[in-house]
Amino acid sequence: MADTLHLQIVTPDRLVVREDCVQVQIPGKNGELGILPGHAPLITELQIGEIGYRAGTTMQYLAVAWGFAEVLPDKVTILADSAERAENIDVKRAQEAKARAEEALRQAAADLDYDATLYALRRAEVRLAVAARAGQTAGAH
Amino acid sequence: MANIRDIRRRIRSVKNTRQITKAMKMVSAAKLRRAQERALASRPYAQMLVNVLTSAMDRADVIDPVTGSPKHPLLAVRPENNILLVLVTGDRGLAGAFNSNVLKVVTKFLQFFSDKNVDILAVGRKGRDFLRRRYPVGKAGGPERAGQTQVVGEHLNLLAKVEYESVDEIADRIAKAYVEEQIDSVYVIFNEFKSVIAQRLIAQRILPVQEIGRREVALTEEFSLEQRERMGEAARAAGISLQQPGTTEAEQEAAKFGTAPVDYIYEQPAEELFADILPRYVAMELFQGLLESVAAEHAARMTAMDSATNNANDVIDSLTLTMNRARQAAITKEIIEIVSGAAAL
Repeated sequence: MADTLHLQIVTPDRLVVREDCVQVQIPGKNGELGILPGHAPLITELQIGEIGYRAGTTMQYLAVAWGFAEVLPDKVTILADSAERAENIDVKRAQEAKARAEEALRQAAADLDYDATLYALRRAEVRLAVAARAGQTAGAH
Repeated sequence: MANIRDIRRRIRSVKNTRQITKAMKMVSAAKLRRAQERALASRPYAQMLVNVLTSAMDRADVIDPVTGSPKHPLLAVRPENNILLVLVTGDRGLAGAFNSNVLKVVTKFLQFFSDKNVDILAVGRKGRDFLRRRYPVGKAGGPERAGQTQVVGEHLNLLAKVEYESVDEIADRIAKAYVEEQIDSVYVIFNEFKSVIAQRLIAQRILPVQEIGRREVALTEEFSLEQRERMGEAARAAGISLQQPGTTEAEQEAAKFGTAPVDYIYEQPAEELFADILPRYVAMELFQGLLESVAAEHAARMTAMDSATNNANDVIDSLTLTMNRARQAAITKEIIEIVSGAAAL
């Protein structure tokens, strides 16, 4: 049995990740999925969250919006609307977006698109979480 | 005979123009190359989307067995009374016939559907300006229509950098209006671009979704052979490949996505998966249309600027000839004056 997984992450703009790794973590719609080589074939939708993968000893994280994933014993392919690495995340913009969404929820205007605002809030939070993780690992070394 | 100084001045002016057109040609060529790459980079995603959608469709019952009508509202076919047309042109001119070609197709399209209500969404400044001159501006989905054909919205400056996120938003709004039955079908008119010499103008129907993974073309307008040759020449001069880019390795892998001959575990019911992916598929169709239109606009501008540069060269040649002749004539005249003056002595 294969002992590595070939991970591909594709967005409408480009191929973001194409790497062999030993562990992948994906935010499935029904909860987090940890995937190791030899996993049973699976197709799942993703929710907004973090994708983590590990080739060596350190985990790497990306923030994803909606997408879905195909898991095969030796391969994981992820399709996402957007996938950003920590270094590509604009922390300031994410913070602003978060503040904006929170403000909108607090005021709760009659014409508020509740789902869209929650979605924006969740996205901003995930972006910040991924960025923060990168900051931590950078600090540790 | 024209004044030598005047001619010299004109030559200088034409040379300046040539410098500008040459620079614009080079810039367009570079932008075209980038636009082509982007269009190519979006293909694996599109391919995977189609695969998953098809396999989910096989598993899910998309057609209600009792009524025989599709379960998903984006698949529902209704008589086309209210049509939404998305018109994709460029934001800027100086692109040869690019914008007017698209607008010609729009006129034809509107003639064809002249007895229907057509709402138009303009992407690109040139199309917006054209429509504003002819049709009233109305509100989409309002109780009162401003006219049988009305302009319901515009997206300017979207094309300078086509972002998937913003296209997704537009597509979401369109899909919502379709689900709420404000509109019965959605067409996109744009300049299809496979390569510099494989282009045509099409009106593509993106809603209702009929067949997944294939463009449903309602109206097409091919380029003339002459136009294609001209574009090919300009592309060759700028060093741009005329071939359609082949399938990349990533694409070949994408083609296998979700099609392994195994029994997948579906985390969600196939119906749910299908319902979530279908709107994305519509967004992707629109996204690819926009990317192609951008590439086509740059190709058209490059061709136009190549022609302009060539024309400037011709004008400079002929002006130089005229100037030399005038100078020669002046010299001859002077010699004759001297000679006849000497003879008179």
